[in-house]
Amino acid sequence: MLRRTLLAAGIAGLAALAALPAALPAAAADRFITVQSTTSTQNSGLYDYLLPIFTEKTGIEVRVVAVGTGQAIKNAANGDGDVLLVHAKPAEEKFVADGLGVSRSDVMYNDFVIVGPAGLEAVSAANDVLGALKAIADAGAPFASRGDDSGTHKAEMRLWKAAEIDPTAASGGWYRETGSGMGATLNVAAGMGAYALTDRATWIAFENKGDMQIVYEGDPRLFNQYGVILVSPEKHPHVKAEDAQAFIDWILSEEGQAAIADYKVDGQQLFFPNAE
Amino acid sequence: MDILDTFAEAFRLVWRLDADLVEIVGLSLRVSLSAVALASLIGLPLGAALATRRFPGRGVLIIGANALMGLPPVVAGLAVYLMLSRAGPLGPLGLLYTPTAMIIAQTVLITPIVTALTRQVVADLDVRHGEQLRIMGASGWARIGTLLYEGRHALGTVALAGLGRALAEVGAVMIVGGNIDHVTRVMTTAIALETSKGNLGLALGLGTVLLILAVAINAGVGAMQRRPQVRAHG
Amino acid sequence: MDSPLLAEETIEARGLVYRRDGAALLDGASFSLPPAKRTVLMGPNGAGKSLLLRMVQGLLRPDSGEITWGGVRPKTALVLQSPVLLARTARANLLHALRIYGVKRRARGDRADELLAMARLEHRAGTHADVLSGGERQRLAIVRALGAQPELLLLDEPTAQLDPEATAHIEALVNQIHASGTRIVLVTHDIGQAKRLADHVVFLDRGRVAETGPAEGFFARPQSEAARAYLAGRLHF
Repeated sequence: MLRRTLLAAGIAGLAALAALPAALPAAAADRFITVQSTTSTQNSGLYDYLLPIFTEKTGIEVRVVAVGTGQAIKNAANGDGDVLLVHAKPAEEKFVADGLGVSRSDVMYNDFVIVGPAGLEAVSAANDVLGALKAIADAGAPFASRGDDSGTHKAEMRLWKAAEIDPTAASGGWYRETGSGMGATLNVAAGMGAYALTDRATWIAFENKGDMQIVYEGDPRLFNQYGVILVSPEKHPHVKAEDAQAFIDWILSEEGQAAIADYKVDGQQLFFPNAE
Repeated sequence: MDILDTFAEAFRLVWRLDADLVEIVGLSLRVSLSAVALASLIGLPLGAALATRRFPGRGVLIIGANALMGLPPVVAGLAVYLMLSRAGPLGPLGLLYTPTAMIIAQTVLITPIVTALTRQVVADLDVRHGEQLRIMGASGWARIGTLLYEGRHALGTVALAGLGRALAEVGAVMIVGGNIDHVTRVMTTAIALETSKGNLGLALGLGTVLLILAVAINAGVGAMQRRPQVRAHG
Repeated sequence: MDSPLLAEETIEARGLVYRRDGAALLDGASFSLPPAKRTVLMGPNGAGKSLLLRMVQGLLRPDSGEITWGGVRPKTALVLQSPVLLARTARANLLHALRIYGVKRRARGDRADELLAMARLEHRAGTHADVLSGGERQRLAIVRALGAQPELLLLDEPTAQLDPEATAHIEALVNQIHASGTRIVLVTHDIGQAKRLADHVVFLDRGRVAETGPAEGFFARPQSEAARAYLAGRLHF
């Protein structure tokens, strides 16, 4: 009889445990907003530095969901976030034009770099980034692509197009689409001695560089702009417009912009604020 | 890096995490234990009913449960995401990116496992006890209750199988939880994140903690199963 | 015993037929179970004895034929040849059965202790069923059946796997149960046991009743060739 009672108590306890989390998050953080953002900003450690400053000042907790830019935009379009902070300007402008977002503002930029093994002289010696990509394709050297419709992937595809190369024809050959986040793709590149296009911030913060180094940088085409958008409260009435706008205002303010500039890894600044 | 160095580094890093690590481990346990509790509430009676009763749709349910044992976590996560997204039918509840969403996704993932394995355990017991229970005039539910209690040790192992799957999966909780720091970050999503940052040492350390956790839970349940019984000799 | 009513009516089975896979396992069996008697059901393997017990218990329906109870159907309880016990203590097995029989929670403990005493298993109350001896397991199974307060107790070869001492214990228990007013039907291959226990005999052969009648007459002057062969230990096919 005692054992039966214990069993019943155990089941009741587990059921209570199951019910608990439904109540907890609401109580723990009454004020929070959800930001749909990218793996590159999260992997660089920027949010770990930036968000506590904002939360300290306003009492608003910021919850970041870090996925590829393509998925972040889709999630935001579904209303699963209050703010969109990504890096694919044409897609962002379409998001606003479709009435899914209120307006778009530049936040910061950094640049893309090509990383990989030191071997191919023609890559580093190229006149521009298109020449570097051509050299990789001509040599049939392995190249690890995000392949996930992220901001970085979109930027990479624009560059291939400009270079008049269709790398997907060689998909599975020298062109390897990982379908993963930035860090995961860099791990793949490190593992197979491949080249990859990455944002500089993720690269600097990346801990598993192995024998890889920056083999090409500096072309203006490699500019990487981040923008911020308030998800439309008209489209999605549950959007916490006021708190979300407070976050956007802050990140675009002098204080927020200065905080972005202050974030450094190994003494190197990762993002360059450029709000107007 | 030498593999031993990697492990030493892993432990050092994990040790330093202290408070964050406790939070992450705690959430992992809360989410996965809750999912096992819910899956058991559904799967134990359902599996037992599938084993002992004949009703319309039974065959479909058995095939379904068996097939869904192999459900990829990402698919379970995606299905739950589509339900809980603001654009989905349950969107107004605002459950996406909460531990509750993660519990739901893992429950979807492991209920078929608990159901299918329970059906097998109870069906085997019914071969032995079914006629005796009918002689005694046990009603359908009394028969199910007796067989479930009779199979409690095997069913404890079934629950452990479900818990193991829940604790180990990353695809479902990543999609519906979002891996939000201090809110929905669990062991597996933290491991995925550290791996993507290239922090392979820390990722491995977290993986080791997860493994130790699994061993501890299994040992605990094993001890509980042995204690109250004289083991059978015949 | 809590079965004060001696079953007053004769139970009649008429033309029982039971077929599976084209074979007639019971092929028109007819017999009667006279009131207040210990009936022993005998016959070679495959004669259909266990099948018949299950049919009387209501676990199986005949394809044709019927059993008439001579009034209200008496409460029956069947004890299987190999006792099926739950993996818990002897007492917990009885408590579980009493719960299924619908005995009120408060009354179960005392009733379980009574049944244990009747089976002379008081000292084994807390022992796990898996470690009881064969005889103890069978006695436990018999008193577990008594928990249902049957007016007709059906026993399927209760001593088939037991040594003489354990067999004597079971026979004593059966007689005690009968003495307290429960009608008994017992299947056995042990001719000595049949002689010791039977008031009435039903002899079954290949799905039919070859011979039935009072025990003294049956053992002294078996009428059918099948029964004569069986009692003499001869094969007849």
